[in-house]
Amino acid sequence: MFDIVAFIPRAIGQSVPLLFGCSGEILTEKSGNLNLGIPGVMYVGGISGVIGAFFYEQHCAGGNMNGFLAIMIPLLCSLLGSLIMGLIYCLLTVTLRANQNVTGLAMTTFGVGIGNFFGGSLIKLSGADVPSIALSRTSAFYSRALPFASKMGWFGKVFLSYGFLCYAAFIIAIVSAIILFKTRKGLHLRAVGENPSTADAAGINVSRYKYFATCIGCMIAGLGGLYYVMDYASGVWSNDAFGDRGWLAIALVIFSIWNPLIGIFASILFGGLYIVYLYIPTGMDYMEFKELYKMIPYVVTLLVLVLTSMRNKKENQPPASLGLSFFREER
Amino acid sequence: MNKKEPLFHIVKRDVLPWYKSWGIRAAAIVAALIVCGIITTITTGLNPFKVYGSFIQGAFGSGRKVWITMQNMSILLIISLALTPAFKMRFWNIGGEGQVLVGALATAACMITLGDKIPNVLLILIMTVSAILAGSIWGLIPAIFKAKWNTNETLSTLMMNYIATQLVAFFTIVWEVPKGSFTVGIINQSTNAGWLPQLFGSKYLLPIVIALLTTISMFIYLKYSKHGYEISVVGESEKTAKYVGMKTEKIIIRTMLLSGGLCGLAGLLLVGGINHTITTTINSGQGFTAVMVSWLAKFNPITMIFTSFLIIFLERGAGEISTNFGLNQSFADILTGIILFFIIGCEFFISYRIVGRKKGDK
Repeated sequence: MFDIVAFIPRAIGQSVPLLFGCSGEILTEKSGNLNLGIPGVMYVGGISGVIGAFFYEQHCAGGNMNGFLAIMIPLLCSLLGSLIMGLIYCLLTVTLRANQNVTGLAMTTFGVGIGNFFGGSLIKLSGADVPSIALSRTSAFYSRALPFASKMGWFGKVFLSYGFLCYAAFIIAIVSAIILFKTRKGLHLRAVGENPSTADAAGINVSRYKYFATCIGCMIAGLGGLYYVMDYASGVWSNDAFGDRGWLAIALVIFSIWNPLIGIFASILFGGLYIVYLYIPTGMDYMEFKELYKMIPYVVTLLVLVLTSMRNKKENQPPASLGLSFFREER
Repeated sequence: MNKKEPLFHIVKRDVLPWYKSWGIRAAAIVAALIVCGIITTITTGLNPFKVYGSFIQGAFGSGRKVWITMQNMSILLIISLALTPAFKMRFWNIGGEGQVLVGALATAACMITLGDKIPNVLLILIMTVSAILAGSIWGLIPAIFKAKWNTNETLSTLMMNYIATQLVAFFTIVWEVPKGSFTVGIINQSTNAGWLPQLFGSKYLLPIVIALLTTISMFIYLKYSKHGYEISVVGESEKTAKYVGMKTEKIIIRTMLLSGGLCGLAGLLLVGGINHTITTTINSGQGFTAVMVSWLAKFNPITMIFTSFLIIFLERGAGEISTNFGLNQSFADILTGIILFFIIGCEFFISYRIVGRKKGDK
């Protein structure tokens, strides 16, 4: 029997890293920067949080941990780590006008390398026998559900049983949608992404908007990595465990046609699709079909991409200057 | 309000003479190596000179190591060359990974289903054709979307990668030996059916020869053929190409067929010539690395020999230091990343120059 009450929380748990990555990348892409470094940024966000948490746990080994610090230290470390990644990307693509695809791919190589290298070093440092490092005490603070969740039956399970970062993901998505589509700053940002020369002529500081959007976007995406380690994986970091979620987040941006609100529903859908193969009764003889089900999110994204370009509706298109760097004196 | 003139402004340069631009790049690489050395010392406490020493050890330490370095280099070079015509056309084919994978998949399929049933020569012929065909189809799909509806090719080729990965994962389980191991194992180990022949008794030579031939033909194709000329016109300006009567759709589709087909060829070499098995990670991200190799070489096939060498050298060297000093293999990725950042950044100083504010005219 398919247990929907058990399925939804798991799908949402899967969707949160994707939603963080997606909201961050939407902000970035709206400024005209196609940041293919998001997978790397999410790794860095995750590992920075882990490093922070690791040393704080070491610091209070034996003693009690202050809940506020246990949350704030990894959070700030994670934000700082992804901010640095964002700054590297902006420095190269905005200030030095390098090719965005190449920079992004280099960032992904770099970020995944950082994640796995420092992850590996911490594992060694902690002297564990298993190739992973468990920060269960920090994780306990991160995945603490609302206190009355367990008393409210299925409603509590479906809506209230998550850690605070999960709610943060939804709030950030909503806030970024409001900023993008309802405020003057958002209008300027979209103008920069669509046509930077026009925006520049209208007196908008193109570089500043690109910097801010990309760096904030990276910080949001980095939180996805932090959520994955601290909440979803219960504080267990093992190398490469984060997998291809970063790329899936980029796919999600297209699927949600550059709108964070659609991103919310799309991420839950993708989260569900990501684990739906666990629920389809295939039996041991047909294990291979699970691999085909895992293909669904990518096929669907490709279809959405093609369909939106076929219909050619103005508001559903990628930002017009996506992937191009801006130089005022050109043309 | 009278705004002050900014402290400096940026001007586009005329084309620099080649020795100056390569000087800037060399300086960037040296700077990157210094930064890498500092970072190595900070994170691991090792003497950086020792680390550089092991780098060279890892790539050239023994005869076998030199051969493996050359072999890895040729595969990366073939993939980079494959992506190049598409890039020259400003078609961002990030899908090398998927195109190589389906090529590898087609090769493995032929080896498994046809092995020992037909003569080996015929089998290898069928493998080659189907690998190239599979890669071409994988390149063709995004090309049609781009040509017909101007679908963003970076994103569509990216998606095609993951579809290919899952396809390979699917067939890995279908063909797994023994059942439940999730690996295919060495294909046709006893009969060697479908294993690509060794050249002059060396198992490393075949990919190297193919890579060299591909480099030369790609150089001629891009520089001296009509197709190559059309590709660069479309890349410079699609409007111009249309204006002079070129069929851009046809050029895009034709170029992507070539690009995907060559990637498929790399898949053939990986499965038929080197690994004799198939996994989802058989290509180990080289489809992405190749994007950087090709771009670093400014899409020049001859220069690509050096850039692919640089990347493989780093990979092999960092692999060596990670075994020698008990570091983790990912250290290579960090160093590669840093060096790439520097080279990417230095391109700016080749195409632009910074002019300071002149004294006196405030």
